[in-house]
Amino acid sequence: MNEAPKLNSFRAGPDEEGRFGIFGGRFVAETLMPLILDLQDEWNKAKSDPAFKADLDKLGAHYIGRPSPLYFAERLTAELGGAKIYFKREELNHTGSHKINNCIGQILLAKRMGKTRIIAETGAGQHGVASATVAARFGLPCVVYMGATDVERQAPNVFRMKLLGAEVKPVTAGHGTLKDAMNEALRDWVTNVDSTYYLIGTAAGPHPYPEMVRDFQSVIGQEAKEQILAAEGRLPDLVIAAVGGGSNAIGIFHPFLDDEGVKIVGVEAGGKGLEGDEHCASITAGSPGVLHGNRTYLLQDGDGQIKEGHSISAGLDYPGIGPEHAWLNDVGRVEYVPIMDHEALEAFQVLTKLEGIIPALEPSHALAEVIKRAPKMGKDEIILMNLSGRGDKDIFTVGKILGMGQ
Amino acid sequence: MTARMEKRFADVAAEGRPVLVTYFMGGDPDFDTSLAIMKALPKAGADVIELGMPFSDPMADGPSIQLAGQRSLKGGQTLAKTLELARRFRGEDQHTPIVLMGYYNPIYIYGVDRFLTDALEAGIDGLIVVDLPPEMDDELCIPALKRDINFIRLATPTTDDRRLPKVLENTSGFVYYVSMTGITGSALPDPSLIAGAVQRIKSHTELPVCVGFGVKTAEHARAIGASADGVVVGTAIVNQIASSLTEDGRATDATVPGVEALVKGLSAGVRAARLAAAE
Repeated sequence: MNEAPKLNSFRAGPDEEGRFGIFGGRFVAETLMPLILDLQDEWNKAKSDPAFKADLDKLGAHYIGRPSPLYFAERLTAELGGAKIYFKREELNHTGSHKINNCIGQILLAKRMGKTRIIAETGAGQHGVASATVAARFGLPCVVYMGATDVERQAPNVFRMKLLGAEVKPVTAGHGTLKDAMNEALRDWVTNVDSTYYLIGTAAGPHPYPEMVRDFQSVIGQEAKEQILAAEGRLPDLVIAAVGGGSNAIGIFHPFLDDEGVKIVGVEAGGKGLEGDEHCASITAGSPGVLHGNRTYLLQDGDGQIKEGHSISAGLDYPGIGPEHAWLNDVGRVEYVPIMDHEALEAFQVLTKLEGIIPALEPSHALAEVIKRAPKMGKDEIILMNLSGRGDKDIFTVGKILGMGQ
Repeated sequence: MTARMEKRFADVAAEGRPVLVTYFMGGDPDFDTSLAIMKALPKAGADVIELGMPFSDPMADGPSIQLAGQRSLKGGQTLAKTLELARRFRGEDQHTPIVLMGYYNPIYIYGVDRFLTDALEAGIDGLIVVDLPPEMDDELCIPALKRDINFIRLATPTTDDRRLPKVLENTSGFVYYVSMTGITGSALPDPSLIAGAVQRIKSHTELPVCVGFGVKTAEHARAIGASADGVVVGTAIVNQIASSLTEDGRATDATVPGVEALVKGLSAGVRAARLAAAE
């Protein structure tokens, strides 16, 4: 679905074994291997099947609402007094985030494979809602695993999933966040491997998930590239996105990776600061390890035990990152930086008041980095940011922190 | 195959009965109790010991073994300490094979070469690493085999005839047949189905086939042992340990004797297996 990569391209990965440099791979229990190999076969067939692409395009246009707009944030640009700021408005998609792009693609694959049950993990609930939505649309039962902490802090999304007919299973292990939900989803999958399709929400996990999710999300960057060329007649100087597992980020980054003049920055959740354990900055403050089917940067101790991490944003509250991001960091193509909880919270309010857009807490991290960088850039320069989700789900969390009473 | 593992399987086969493989989590609930449990196992009739290496995110384990891992980590267990358990055990038992079982990340972080050196020195005979399928053999399996440490692979009901040769290619020691798709500690499926699966695997390999996942009682051990070369018991032992602990997870006087009694019963089960089959 992507245009052919050039020689010496940053877009050629992964290799046959699912590796991006040392990262990626297929670190799963034997029970799952035959299924993962089947999935890879089906994905390889689907990629070159015009009928699959036609289904994807049709649902993209009429169900998701693609292409999503590219929006020039005039007042924010004026306020910051530097580079022109454009948002790729993924928050306007059906279900309110970029997650639906991937879910539509994967449920079409699940149908091709004859699977009759969908499971998913979710952090902020955006992927859970998108999974429950496509499961309803295609008439399949859906179980969503969600950490108990997240069930509490993302209550509106829990309600949406239930209305859509999904069963939400709270996971109490660990801190009750995304990592624990993913463990539980993997346990379900191992147990129900014949009937069940695991709809992974981010560009991580065993091969072929990182590649597959990236390709489904790359529509973001492909559209944005055409849109910015139409609006400005040239490519942006800087592309920014928030990174938890990293699906919205790889989606907007990937089509720009071989464009030399385009600087690319991924924003990790710095939580309460990088000194302690209260953050989720896997690249900035972690080290390579193996978890959830792939090798990547992880937050871990000296014995290889995975740490829990912390972020104000449930969607970024994960101690790892997609393997392609790990590789893009090591080869120096993408710069990864942390943004603290309080900076994201400030950015959330700035956008709400200046542009009348309530962003999710996840892209608020990317926005905080834009707010830092834009004033230092020239007025003729262009920033493209992925506004990956809307903040309706976060208003209660934010209201509570800001002390906005009933 | 290490001499110790080979000899143990041959000796037990000569007795005309299946091997009893017992799993427990290293460091559960603390190092000293865990060492006492390990020493008690062969005396109660265990032929092979699977020593669990705790991991924070055990994706293929059910609640019992997850909790055991958490207790162990809370008690300060590390991979270095799990190797130390084996080393201390070897001080008094040079004959019972020890297989380390767990997940890859702690080994990867310890360093594969350093790990293999220290494992050999501690008297380890084999490794079961749940999240390293044959596709990942270069990571640990090949280096371990070069150092003469067995790499024992799990075969499952999803491992069909097309896939089985790949799974068996670099497997040594024994084949661990997981009797169901699922996590550890689930219910035991029909023994006749298991017998068929064991025969299918044996038609592809000379290695002994041990069956685990769901074996809880002496009666299970007897039924499975009628067709398999060995029976693996894990969750039942871990549950026995858990039930003996104080509310805040500390060992009691009942902890080690409880495991001994359970394993004695299981041992009687495997010893009755072929007698029953012959009847």
